[in-house]
Amino acid sequence: MDRKLTSNSLKQTFDRRSFVIGSVQGGIGVLLAARMGYIAVAENEKYEMEAESNRVNLSLIPPRRGWILDRNGSPLASNRADFRVDVIPERVVDIDATVETLGELLEFSEPEKADLRDRMQDSAGFSAVAVANGLDYEKFAAVSVRIPELPGVIPQRGYSRFYPTGPSVGHLLGYVGTPSREEYDENPQPLLLTPGFKLGKDGIEKEFEQKLRGVPGARRVEVTASGRIVRDLETREDTQGDAVQLTIDGPLQDYAARRLGLESGSVVVMDCLSGDLLCMASMPSFDPNSFSDGIGRVEFGMLRDNERVPLRNKTLKGLYPPGSTVKPMHSMAFMHEGVSPSETIVCGGGRRIGNRFFNCWSNHGVVDMAKAVYQSCDSYYYHFAQQVGFDKVAAYARRFGLGQEFDLPVASQFYGTVPDPQWKLEKYGQEWQPYDTVNASIGQGYYLASPLQLAVMSARIATGRNVAPALIKSEQKRPFASLDFRDDEISYIRQAMSDVVNGPGTAGRARLPLENVLLAGKTGTAQVVSLRYSDGKSGPWQFRDHGLFVFFAPFDNPRYAGAVVIEHGGGSGAAYPVARDVMTFLLDPQKGLDALHALEEQWGGTAQERLDRQYQAYAAAAGVDLPPAPPPVTLAEQVDAEARAAYSGPEEADSTVFSPRDEANPRSEGAST
Amino acid sequence: MRGQIALPAPLAEFPWRVVIPLTLLVAFGAMVLHSAAGGSMSPYADSHLIRFAVFLVVALVMARFPEDFVRLMAIPAYIIILVLLMAVEAVGQLGGGSQRWLELGFMRLQPSELMKPGIVLIIAAFYHMLPVGMISSWRALLVPLGLIAMPMGLVLLQPDLGTSLAIGFGGVVVMFLAGVPDKWFIGGGIAAVILAPIAYFFGLQPYQQQRVLTFLDPASDPQGTGYHIIQSKIAIGSGGLSGKGFGEGSQSQLDYLPEPHTDFVFATMAEEWGLIGGLFVLLVFGIVLRWGLIIARDAQTRFARLLAGGMTATIFFYVAVNLMMVMGLAPVVGIPLPFMSHGGSSMMTNMICVGVLMMVERWNRQTSS
Repeated sequence: MDRKLTSNSLKQTFDRRSFVIGSVQGGIGVLLAARMGYIAVAENEKYEMEAESNRVNLSLIPPRRGWILDRNGSPLASNRADFRVDVIPERVVDIDATVETLGELLEFSEPEKADLRDRMQDSAGFSAVAVANGLDYEKFAAVSVRIPELPGVIPQRGYSRFYPTGPSVGHLLGYVGTPSREEYDENPQPLLLTPGFKLGKDGIEKEFEQKLRGVPGARRVEVTASGRIVRDLETREDTQGDAVQLTIDGPLQDYAARRLGLESGSVVVMDCLSGDLLCMASMPSFDPNSFSDGIGRVEFGMLRDNERVPLRNKTLKGLYPPGSTVKPMHSMAFMHEGVSPSETIVCGGGRRIGNRFFNCWSNHGVVDMAKAVYQSCDSYYYHFAQQVGFDKVAAYARRFGLGQEFDLPVASQFYGTVPDPQWKLEKYGQEWQPYDTVNASIGQGYYLASPLQLAVMSARIATGRNVAPALIKSEQKRPFASLDFRDDEISYIRQAMSDVVNGPGTAGRARLPLENVLLAGKTGTAQVVSLRYSDGKSGPWQFRDHGLFVFFAPFDNPRYAGAVVIEHGGGSGAAYPVARDVMTFLLDPQKGLDALHALEEQWGGTAQERLDRQYQAYAAAAGVDLPPAPPPVTLAEQVDAEARAAYSGPEEADSTVFSPRDEANPRSEGAST
Repeated sequence: MRGQIALPAPLAEFPWRVVIPLTLLVAFGAMVLHSAAGGSMSPYADSHLIRFAVFLVVALVMARFPEDFVRLMAIPAYIIILVLLMAVEAVGQLGGGSQRWLELGFMRLQPSELMKPGIVLIIAAFYHMLPVGMISSWRALLVPLGLIAMPMGLVLLQPDLGTSLAIGFGGVVVMFLAGVPDKWFIGGGIAAVILAPIAYFFGLQPYQQQRVLTFLDPASDPQGTGYHIIQSKIAIGSGGLSGKGFGEGSQSQLDYLPEPHTDFVFATMAEEWGLIGGLFVLLVFGIVLRWGLIIARDAQTRFARLLAGGMTATIFFYVAVNLMMVMGLAPVVGIPLPFMSHGGSSMMTNMICVGVLMMVERWNRQTSS
């Protein structure tokens, strides 16, 4: 009985406890149902959104960049449809393996692979690094099919920037490139991380970035967790950026750049009436087309090692002693200060100023103002600069644009030096000496000007008006204020400058090969080192004199004005044939081209062809042992800094007296014809 | 028996009440697996249905075993499974890595799975043999604890926390139903609370510790271990009341949901079928578990009662832990959802449990008639 009772009580315990377990099970069942109801109904909206944001991937389509047009509406920079490959380093599992595979598929050389590796390691991680663009379809397809084993690599169809005239517009327009980490930190927009997006890094491309950029398009796609695109859901087209129209004359710009040929120098041509800059060529240059993918080490090495500084825009940032090119302007200053043009002095191969004798480059005998201009007599300027006082002359120089910065959309321009007693006192703490006046009166000594300033000076002399340069085309005509010179003063100088070319002057060979247009101009030779080191015409390139030429045409009713500077050209004779041909092209293109083609045959091809060859040769010689290129921003700053250092003037006040050299019959006279 | 309808004996004896709901659930599971395979019967849905068919036959065969035979087999079965567990460990040691299965040539046998019904069987048999008066004695407590501890330890070595806990849970539930005094359970509960932190720091693998941490705060590691829970909740939550439709679940179709065909099959289902689908699954499990508990209550012998109760608890443990896991109520432990998740071991274990319940139901009918 006992046992049965106990067995029964155990059965009761079992029933009680199985009821407990059943209740617990039921309770958990209810809990689960409630929990599910809560997630699926109450929080449904939240989770639906999260599922949607999982499923749908919004990717930006880089906007097509606005074109940069010349004054006639032809593109200086446009876009070319191409196949490209980018990589997002953050998503790459094995950088070395990826670089190897891509290098193999795209037939990269060793330095190219090293560049790619550097760029991937230095990038912001999440932003895209350009691997290659302008690919043909076969290579593009070869990369596309390997995508599953190359995480982070993005082949896509897109647009790349195209500069039809390449190196001719390199300095003027700048170039585009992938945004750097600094640029992203400054302006953290998702667009900057979009593969294929480029922004302006220099020149017009940088200054007009916002206008050129446009509005990105967007693509909504359904993606899997591993990022594979399943299908397109919706696409919004991009809006192309606005075009920027420059005052530049595209063909003239290209002509001038090519005409500079093997020389290092710049050509500026402007419209005297409107101030429009028609041409701002600076050579040697780089090819902005090949900078779009980032600057490779070969390219950078080649540019850095070139003593002719291909990275500097010499029209704005090249500073040179203006030499004799300031003489017409100084003459106008003398006239306005009461010196009659007919007043003469005697040049006896030089002239005594105070108690010292200063040399002229030749013995000119009796010299009036006109002869002083067309024969470039130094004695005349020694004398009258001393008589008028150089502080007054310097004030005129500034009115004519020297030492001035202009209101232009450029990243930087150097304004040079117009020396006067106060400037010398501030800079060196020394009094102005008679020899300072002598040096400055013929554009030497501390005098420094950029080719742009020389062109502006020439336009102001030609018109007697305060011509201001413009780079952006605008329909409004701004009549420039008069500089308060009488018409007879202006035409006197015009005639004297015409005589430089068309009369008994120093640049007879600058005469235009045209019937009805006479060019007026003034030669200049800027001495780099004193006669002790070099005669300025031969010897090491960097010791040769700069050749300068300022000009306008037609001489009696000026329409165009400009300046040519040939660095270390050995004298003005290197400069005025360039000016002559550029002006000939402007007025009669076919004649200009004939002259150029003959020259290019001697030089071995166009600027682009020569640059390509140079690159090949440099790459072959250097191999892989080159340091990587710094980011473009630093690069530009370095170039600027070096340039500033080079032109900040000597540390010590210069006490040497300038010994002028031959103006006429310069070295390149023979070579350039 | 209740609700007796005039049917021919073989038909009346056939366990319709469990086979129909289970077949519906497995068919539903096959649909979900079809969708998880990207809209294809292979490789998941077809093998799922075949396994169910095979193991249903096995269960129906098991249902014909007599009670005495089963009771007799309890100890040899337990010992054999224990030896197999040791063999797995030995093979694993020799092979230089952890291993959970034995390669038999024709199939991969996972002895830890067999231990889930095995532990219920041995403990039910032990209490059946134990004199009634001794239920409060130390022997009634320590012997079953030892029987549970040995396989749990071996499975933990594999290491497989989920299965180990399932074995422990099955064994303890049988002890509870057998009438072991309340004080032991209360004491055990307190001891568990104290031991849990110690076990956490010394007993768990780093990846398991991480899972516990992630369970407490899934957002702390959204791309790592928290990813499973977050994606699972997104799948269930975005399904809403009626779901996105068959084959339309973006979370599972586009691979955002990890393991959409095994541990997270419920989330795959919920995304496409919504709350309605979820309630259907819960209802079927409710029917099956209620059926199991009724069998246990109606059982005539102590052995049969404990056996049926323990089997029901084992199935319940799977369901509860899996569903709590996918809904973010429990840490991620590798426990599949019975009858829906793709996987032979889980189907085998659960069908053995169902087979045992059918068997007890038959014994009940025999004694009552």
